[in-house]
Amino acid sequence: MDYDKLGLKMGLEVHQQLNTDEKLFCPCSCELTDKKPDYKVLRNLRPTQSELGKVDRAAFEESRRKLQFIYEAYKNETCLVEVDEEPPHPLNKEAVKISLIVASLLNMNVVDELHTMRKQVIDGSNTGGFQRTGLVATNGYMDTEYGRVIIENLCLEEDAARRIGQKKGNVVFRLDRLGIPLVEITTDPSMKHPDQVKEVAYQIGQVLRSTKVKRGLGTIRQDLNISIREGARVELKGVQDLDLMAQMVENEVKRQINLLEIMKELQKRDAHVDDTIYDVKDLFKQTESKIIAKALKDGSVLAIKLNGFAGLIGKEVQPSRRFGTELAGYAKKMGVSGIFHTDELPAYGITQKEVDTVLEFVKAGEEDAFVLVADDDEKARNALLEVLRRAKTAIIEIPEETRKALENANSEYLRPLPTASRMYVETDIPTTVISRDYLENIKNNLPELPDEKKARIIQQYNLSEDLAHQLVRRNRAGDFEEIMASSNLDSTTVASTFAYTIKELKRDGKDILKLTTDCLKETFALVEKGKITKEAVQEVLVGVCDGEKSPEQAAKDLNLTMLSEEDVESVIDDIISSNSKMVEERGMGAMGALMGKAMAKLKGKADGKLVNKLLRDKLQNK
Amino acid sequence: MSYRGASKQFLDSQDISIGDKIRITKKDVSYEGMVLERAEDADEKHIVLKLASGYNVGLDILDAEAKLLEKGEKPKIELQPLEIEKDGKKRDISIISTGGTVASIIDYKTGAVHPAFTADDLLRATPELLEHANINGEAILNILSENMKPDYWIKAARSIADEINNGAYGVVVAHGTDTMHYTSAALSFILDTPVPVVLTGAQRSSDRPSSDAFLNLMGSVTAAKSDIAEVMVCMHATEDDSYCYLHRGTKVRKMHTSRRDTFRSINTQPIAKVRNGNITILDENQEYKKRENGEVKLQDNLEPKVAFIKSYPGISGEIIDYHIDKGYKGIVIEGTGLGHCPDYLIPAVNRATDSGIPVVMGSQCLYGRVNMNVYSTGRELVSAGVISALDMLPETAYVKLVWTLGQTDNMEEVRKIMQTNLKGEIGAKSSQKFF
Repeated sequence: MDYDKLGLKMGLEVHQQLNTDEKLFCPCSCELTDKKPDYKVLRNLRPTQSELGKVDRAAFEESRRKLQFIYEAYKNETCLVEVDEEPPHPLNKEAVKISLIVASLLNMNVVDELHTMRKQVIDGSNTGGFQRTGLVATNGYMDTEYGRVIIENLCLEEDAARRIGQKKGNVVFRLDRLGIPLVEITTDPSMKHPDQVKEVAYQIGQVLRSTKVKRGLGTIRQDLNISIREGARVELKGVQDLDLMAQMVENEVKRQINLLEIMKELQKRDAHVDDTIYDVKDLFKQTESKIIAKALKDGSVLAIKLNGFAGLIGKEVQPSRRFGTELAGYAKKMGVSGIFHTDELPAYGITQKEVDTVLEFVKAGEEDAFVLVADDDEKARNALLEVLRRAKTAIIEIPEETRKALENANSEYLRPLPTASRMYVETDIPTTVISRDYLENIKNNLPELPDEKKARIIQQYNLSEDLAHQLVRRNRAGDFEEIMASSNLDSTTVASTFAYTIKELKRDGKDILKLTTDCLKETFALVEKGKITKEAVQEVLVGVCDGEKSPEQAAKDLNLTMLSEEDVESVIDDIISSNSKMVEERGMGAMGALMGKAMAKLKGKADGKLVNKLLRDKLQNK
Repeated sequence: MSYRGASKQFLDSQDISIGDKIRITKKDVSYEGMVLERAEDADEKHIVLKLASGYNVGLDILDAEAKLLEKGEKPKIELQPLEIEKDGKKRDISIISTGGTVASIIDYKTGAVHPAFTADDLLRATPELLEHANINGEAILNILSENMKPDYWIKAARSIADEINNGAYGVVVAHGTDTMHYTSAALSFILDTPVPVVLTGAQRSSDRPSSDAFLNLMGSVTAAKSDIAEVMVCMHATEDDSYCYLHRGTKVRKMHTSRRDTFRSINTQPIAKVRNGNITILDENQEYKKRENGEVKLQDNLEPKVAFIKSYPGISGEIIDYHIDKGYKGIVIEGTGLGHCPDYLIPAVNRATDSGIPVVMGSQCLYGRVNMNVYSTGRELVSAGVISALDMLPETAYVKLVWTLGQTDNMEEVRKIMQTNLKGEIGAKSSQKFF
């Protein structure tokens, strides 16, 4: 595909959890939990009206679903703030600081005074019905192979509650994730090639990793904004795999091209949408379709007529997704399991005869189609209203949407793109003045970016590329440098302890949280003082993990402590005297054999060099 | 304009006012947006812009240049009046608003939150109310509930009486939560109502989607249609948005600063539960006054000069002397434990009662009953003429004394009224299940 010709434009939005001690607006820790919840709280959300009765379109749509939400809460892990039973505490200063560091690394302009806003989100993922967010900085940049990309905005915001599942129509959320600080970084929509997006995502990732952010699955989330010239802006949410990005872009561009074709064809046919919702229950009295049969009992079977849509609903817009799938996406948001449309019927137990009766009933002509929903009456009606809305738009334009990125690089409809009208000020949080002195101080102490750090430690400590890479990737370079600053040990020993030994211990299920930097310092000091050998480090660390003891105690308990020179000497004396015959016969020639005997006895408790020296001295002086 | 000092000068010099679209240019950056009001307590150095993205930012005027891009009108909210036809099949319920934000409107353009006070505002925010009743709304006050005072209780009581006498089937009073239990107690004593009078409010303001106002209002309208002809408080029963409790107006207290189930019945249980338009009486043994025909009786003489003093270790008798000297007509002491204050306060208490100032003793334990016969200090207080509040809440005892002194200044009469159960404020029996 010729992206230039199509006028492809892309922007990236990166959300990264910060690794702060506390949440953004309360003192709870930022850790997720799998414990059974101590409480469950049931809530409803209503969109708040604005002047002129204007309600944000995304918020409005969510409210039509009439969902209830269940929040899983904890005695210790969460507090009244997350459950919306207490006003937020003041903004977390540590989070502000980290966001300022990130903003500075991205060459951004920091605002003078940070205002926390409420962004209405009533899908239940926030107990208040809004996400708290504040604009920290604007107008930064990043240079890439493909040219400069503008970093438009950096916001500090709270993460949403974790969706656990659905129970009898109620969505269940867990409050552990709600309130973890996030930075949201948005680029301008100027990127024209998927590889450029990938590079920018990588570079932003590098910047984030140089600061105090969370690592691991789910701690960073990327959204992609895509449009083509004649199309519309679509936000693909949750693009996890950067390698899938190119395919995802291609599929979205395809979708927009196909929707444009459908639009043009609809316009040619002078298609229009009939607002009537037909009750077609009576036409299915003898039906063999299980879904319809169930609705006959306790629900409704409703249909709408789409004039001029025949043949187009079945048209593929993305690999194995049809225009009908788009319509169904809107319907499903109202809680129905799906729709039936003419282009796929007869099927699912619906016969041609039944199709014909419906066509006749709604007075459909040759080019007309119908869409049918069988479900609870209110749900079915809402679902068809949504399909009507989507079908009407299809004649005029491609709608701006938020879509969920799927694993196969396709996407499905989530909700309309939110408008700016869903923002209003969070009156419970005082504004934060960011003094220029404070900012200057941050700018003067910016962390190294990971690639810079790697290059420097390779040079400075004579490390291998692999070791340096591991240290940086595991975020242990700082600890490594701290230990090297107070020790004369060789850098490879220290680095490989961080890069490999600790990793192995973790894999073996050891409690590596006990291996603090101080503890490692002590361990390496033992090596340096000659109290244990290099080779004993791993065993000592295992000892520390297994029990509540210091490295020195662990070494003693595991019998890994080196003998003093006198003790070694007396062992060697013993060996010489019990092999006096060999010594007399061979003189210095006995060295090899005796060294073997000595090391068998002293392995791990004495340095080989020392044993060698003492043995040599004694044999020579004999 | 809420700007002052340097920032006001900065805007004035460019002839910029709130609502205008401007560009602020600084050394490395510029911002375009609409000038918003600034909080009254904020500094003079920043101005607030709403950017196109919807975000507000504060910008320091130091080294900044402003350019007017487009003159804007100062945003104000003017809504078309609603035209709602009365439904003959539905009951007429009046909603009286005293302030607090049971209904609010957000001006998304500026992000400002406007409390909605008129009936129309309320109905725009909660049109569902009309499914249950014809709503007649009136805003009589616009105050934060911490600023409530006895004069306003009278004003509210008279408005409620008018509504009832004009045919309201029940009355809902929207009230800030902080002092709602004082008002509910006051209305209980002032009004002899033939229909339900239901106070309600919100712990989460109604400008947020998670507000508890909606369930509370819906529950209150249901309660106002019920046969319980008492003054009640209707608020969330639990942290869930599931159902509300109806608390007796004289036995209820705000017990949590922020939770939505903050109101608790003390030394009794709630009268009923309201869920999805249905009322369930919690205990059939508990009596309540039934709906009846007829007009409201209003006894709205109050004596606002009543002091409400908490006893604490280290309290000085001067505090009581002060109130006597200042001409206070009654004193309620929130005593410790069974109803005590330090024995060295007794001379001051004696001075009060000797001067014809009734002194009532409640307990800061809240739960349980005052009994001054157990310890010697208590007995000395009784000899000094102190009136026991029995199992009344101290706040209710205070409100009741304000009302009682409006009815009589005869000490013996006061004692008798204070210790007679009038509106469910005194229970004869203490039950295990109340604590």
